[in-house]
Amino acid sequence: MSKIEIKNFNLYYTNFHALKNININIAEKKVTAIIGPSGCGKSTLLRSINRINDTIEGVHTSGEINISGENIYDEEIDVGILRRNVGMVFQRPNPFPLSIYENVAFGLKVNRIYSDRNIINETVEKSLKAVLLWDYAKDKLHKSALGLTLEQQQRLCIARVIAVAPNIILLDEPCSSLDPVATQKIEGLMIQLNNKYTIVIVTHNMQQAARISHNTAFMLLGKLIEFDKTEKIFTNPLIKETEDYVSGRFG
Amino acid sequence: MIKLSPKLSQKLSYLILFLATILAVIPVALIVFIIVKNGVSALTWEFLTSMPKDGMRGGGILPAILGTLSIVMSAIFLTLPIGVCAAIYLNEYAKDNLLTRIIKLAIVNLAGVPSVVYGLLGLGIFVMFLKLGVSIIAGALTLSIMELPVVITTARGALNSVPYSFREASLSLGVSRWQTIRYIVLPNALPGILTGAILSIARISGETAPILFTAAAFYIPYLPHSIFDQVMTLPYHLYIISTQIPNMPKNVIFATALVLLMIVLTMSVLAIIARIYFRKYRKW
Ligand SMILES: Nc1ncnc2c1ncn2[C@@H]1O[C@H](COP(=O)(O)OP(=O)(O)O)[C@@H](O)[C@H]1O
Ligand SMILES: [Mg+2]
Repeated sequence: MSKIEIKNFNLYYTNFHALKNININIAEKKVTAIIGPSGCGKSTLLRSINRINDTIEGVHTSGEINISGENIYDEEIDVGILRRNVGMVFQRPNPFPLSIYENVAFGLKVNRIYSDRNIINETVEKSLKAVLLWDYAKDKLHKSALGLTLEQQQRLCIARVIAVAPNIILLDEPCSSLDPVATQKIEGLMIQLNNKYTIVIVTHNMQQAARISHNTAFMLLGKLIEFDKTEKIFTNPLIKETEDYVSGRFG
Repeated sequence: MIKLSPKLSQKLSYLILFLATILAVIPVALIVFIIVKNGVSALTWEFLTSMPKDGMRGGGILPAILGTLSIVMSAIFLTLPIGVCAAIYLNEYAKDNLLTRIIKLAIVNLAGVPSVVYGLLGLGIFVMFLKLGVSIIAGALTLSIMELPVVITTARGALNSVPYSFREASLSLGVSRWQTIRYIVLPNALPGILTGAILSIARISGETAPILFTAAAFYIPYLPHSIFDQVMTLPYHLYIISTQIPNMPKNVIFATALVLLMIVLTMSVLAIIARIYFRKYRKW
């Protein structure tokens, strides 16, 4: 079953054609990796799925992205509701300069999802537990989030997303500012989260894509070149460019 | 032409740059020294808290101090909210089109308009056209218009210093643009905005030309009753006692200058303290 259907999707930064006629069906509760050389449009594609690209001046699109059968580029779509359903984790951990607690509770409070303190407290606890940060942070909830290590900050950012109850989580090179040990831990976390969420992850690290994803999309110069089971992409791709890229022969 | 060795030319250029810096500081230090030396003998508690008498040759300068403070505080009270709103609009909402660019250019250039021009503008609009008369409110409105471009510019700087990644994180949680500004951008920009406001107070406290035609009175030996009253002000009072009153005791003139200087310096020091304080507690 597919959760996200991208149909004939194009995106322009003013005049620059950044995504060229993308077609892809992303499966529910699977990890989908997007790989490709720098500048090929991975982030742009990911950022189209929660319409955070809308905030950049000069961006316009054509085609459709359907989530659970609904075109998110439809005029009637409430982007607030869309973005709560489709959470996003960024390349650099970007916790707010608030306490750990306030970071996780932020979306709940500001969006007025819950107003009951107890429910908010419970949600904060559940979210921190889901990212395996609870044991460390439970006595430090009201300390600044900026005192955490980068890996903990990235966990916190994931918890912040989970708190507003999304179905889909987008991650844009979430480990690129982390060391190998931290990377491994975050990867483990993603595998754990996968039974509850549909995960789309951009990565420049092919081993990472191979380790954690079920399906992999390979992009080049704004085009989707090949999309298949991860195993197939890495062992027996149909297209020559894909093979060149995954085997490191890319020039 | 003589060719200097690299080492010597290095030393020489250092010396020239250092001398230039000293040269810039000397006049300021000298002014402060002269004012303090000549004025301190007249600077008593009574001088600060009593009415002028004997045609301003004696008594105190309370009405001028309160006049200046009331005009300046009213002006900042008017200009700060408007300036911050305009800065939010320009920084967070305005599309980058021709109109926006013209507005931004106008704001930058308005900051360079001579203050006497604002004085005439205030006279025309507030004193005469709106019939506010020469009054605290007319002076405050004039000063607030004059200071608006500066407030907008410093507020924009403060908003700009809030990392874009905070905005993106908030928006991606489904939080609206306004809520993002309200809960993320503004709280983080507030220290910068407040520091800028204090510096604005310091700057407009010493302004003479904009209030000359709009608020300042020659001699009123009592306190104003409402914002529609004319008041004495420190800069204008200083001008009058320095040039218009024969046999004015010299130490009174310098003491008046000293009071004005102290108000401005206190504000500047406050701004510096605020900046240090906020920097210590800012974690990003
Ligand atoms: N805000 C922007 N304005 C204009 N061009 C952009 C913008 N963001 C990205 N691009 C361009 O779009 C292309 C794809 O960028 P991006 O999606 O960030 O690539 P990737 O994540 O694969 O490295 C690049 O050529 C980049 O220069
Ligand atoms: Mg990228």
